[in-house]
Amino acid sequence: MGAFILRRLALALPSLLGISVVLFTVLALAPGDPFAELATNANVPPEVRVHLRASLGLDDPVALRYVHWLVAMLHGDWGFSFISRIDVTTLIWQRVPVTLGLIGTSQLLALAIAIPVGTLSAIKPYSWFDRIASTIALAGFSLPTFFTGILLILVFSIRLDWLPFVYRSDVEATGWHAVVEHVRQAIMPVCVLGLFQGAGWTRYVRSAVLDVVRLDHVTTARSKGLPERRVVTRHVLRNALIPVVTLVALQMPAVFGGAIVTEQIFRIPGIGALLIDAVLRNDTPVIMGVTFVFSALVIVFNLVADLLYGLLDPRIAYR
Amino acid sequence: MASSIPASPTDRPLSPWGEAWRRFRRHRMATISLGILALFVAAVVLGPLAWRMPIDAIDFSATTQGPSLAHPFGTDDLGQDLLARMLYGGRISLAVGLAAMAMAVVVGVTIGAIAGISKGPVDAALMWLTDLFLSLPQLPLLLLVIYLFREQLKAMFGPEGGVFVLIVAVIGCFRWMQVARLVRAQFFSLREKEFVEAARALGATTGRVVWRHILPNALGPVIVAGTIDVAAAIIAESTLSFLGLGFPPDIPTWGRLLFDSKDHLDIAAHWALFPGAAIFLTVMAINFVGDGLRDALDPRRVL
Repeated sequence: MGAFILRRLALALPSLLGISVVLFTVLALAPGDPFAELATNANVPPEVRVHLRASLGLDDPVALRYVHWLVAMLHGDWGFSFISRIDVTTLIWQRVPVTLGLIGTSQLLALAIAIPVGTLSAIKPYSWFDRIASTIALAGFSLPTFFTGILLILVFSIRLDWLPFVYRSDVEATGWHAVVEHVRQAIMPVCVLGLFQGAGWTRYVRSAVLDVVRLDHVTTARSKGLPERRVVTRHVLRNALIPVVTLVALQMPAVFGGAIVTEQIFRIPGIGALLIDAVLRNDTPVIMGVTFVFSALVIVFNLVADLLYGLLDPRIAYR
Repeated sequence: MASSIPASPTDRPLSPWGEAWRRFRRHRMATISLGILALFVAAVVLGPLAWRMPIDAIDFSATTQGPSLAHPFGTDDLGQDLLARMLYGGRISLAVGLAAMAMAVVVGVTIGAIAGISKGPVDAALMWLTDLFLSLPQLPLLLLVIYLFREQLKAMFGPEGGVFVLIVAVIGCFRWMQVARLVRAQFFSLREKEFVEAARALGATTGRVVWRHILPNALGPVIVAGTIDVAAAIIAESTLSFLGLGFPPDIPTWGRLLFDSKDHLDIAAHWALFPGAAIFLTVMAINFVGDGLRDALDPRRVL
């Protein structure tokens, strides 16, 4: 298993490098010169400008600029936010836990829905339960997160007035009350994200279980007289979850997209909201930093999926 | 065996497309969805001709009104008619979906075909690129690209055209990977088939083999993936507009209408509900049609 983990880590590094190349290319291709303002400023003589450009390495070849940029990124030197005047890294690290918490709980909710519903649908395909579940899953999968968010706010905050619709990191209450408040304000965002993912994954789980149920080893397990529950959990689900893990990992970029939208709707102070703010206020260093963090997170989750894959299917780990 | 023989001489075997249509109609939800889609397309194409209310007529005596005879979908905070705005915006939303899908399919088929027909390093490199794109976080990158390139494209194509070109290009660039993988997989199995070998033996060039013999047979899954891509592109455009980073306020796409409505939810719920429902219904109908097409175009399935 150790060697397997190391091999996977070694494979993740080129992807991270690839993403950094894509990011840098986009930035380098973009129009607009950081010195455009200086060029029109009469107080700065042209030779000073040329000297400044050279000293900052702006006239170097692209490849060299990329290496400089990458080294700085690796040293944790991600620049300053133009707007809030603090380190981009500090700004991002303050907000990463909120986003990870949101994504983590909503994914748990999604799995808690998708695995049982998908399995039940597939065990009795084309039954009433399956038809209704499949139709709801397709509908839920077609409801974009921004619309579900608005619907939930309309029903639960405005009509019924049960839940707050603005997320506040500084809850006034203390002790028990604070915990209750935090849970109350997290319900809607977690549901928005979790139900959307859950609907998509129900479809995956269903088709994966459907593929496994027909296999001979399941028939064997049944004919041995094992109870149905045991056949499903031990013999069907474990095998069916292997492709599901891959699909879940492939969905991670979409999950982050959903998290950005959700954070924006409920004004949750996570890195998604930070990204939107930065785009609206032209805060380039923050935009680059957050995009890079999102990319790195996708790769980390892919890595986790790979490890889970090895855990579920030992043949992969020991090959 | 007997079922594969036509029952009577008049019962002629259907053409492949006729057969696909027969299978498609068996999927009831898909057939209904196709009808809904046709209705939506007709509404946004012909609707503005019938409903002649201007989309930007400001009327402060009738702001944030609920649905009424004069304004079937109500009005927004400036008293603009929402039905007219939705009909106009729907054109843009649907056009973005179709154009982005076309771009994704063209890029995906090209890359998948090149990878599928050339073995070895070219294939490996292209698949590495595909996997890399699959693991890119799309929404953050979309935002980054739009942020960096918006001004330049506005200068080149005008404010409306620039945003349209940008959004279509960006969404298309991030959605070709599934198609490329499907096409490559199809090529791998098809290029070993006897009819391809026969074409080669007759002296067909690689280009002709790909274009005339392999591609038409690989189209089924591509059509399904393309259909789903339209839905994904519509959602992507709406998401961007909803975040306030897509189309400008004078182009009321459905996502943009939702963005404008979200600060008035307490007094004008209809303003959010109509465009939201339009996005939801369109996307769901497209997804159902995709499901039906999968049933119809998958030759392994017996129906």
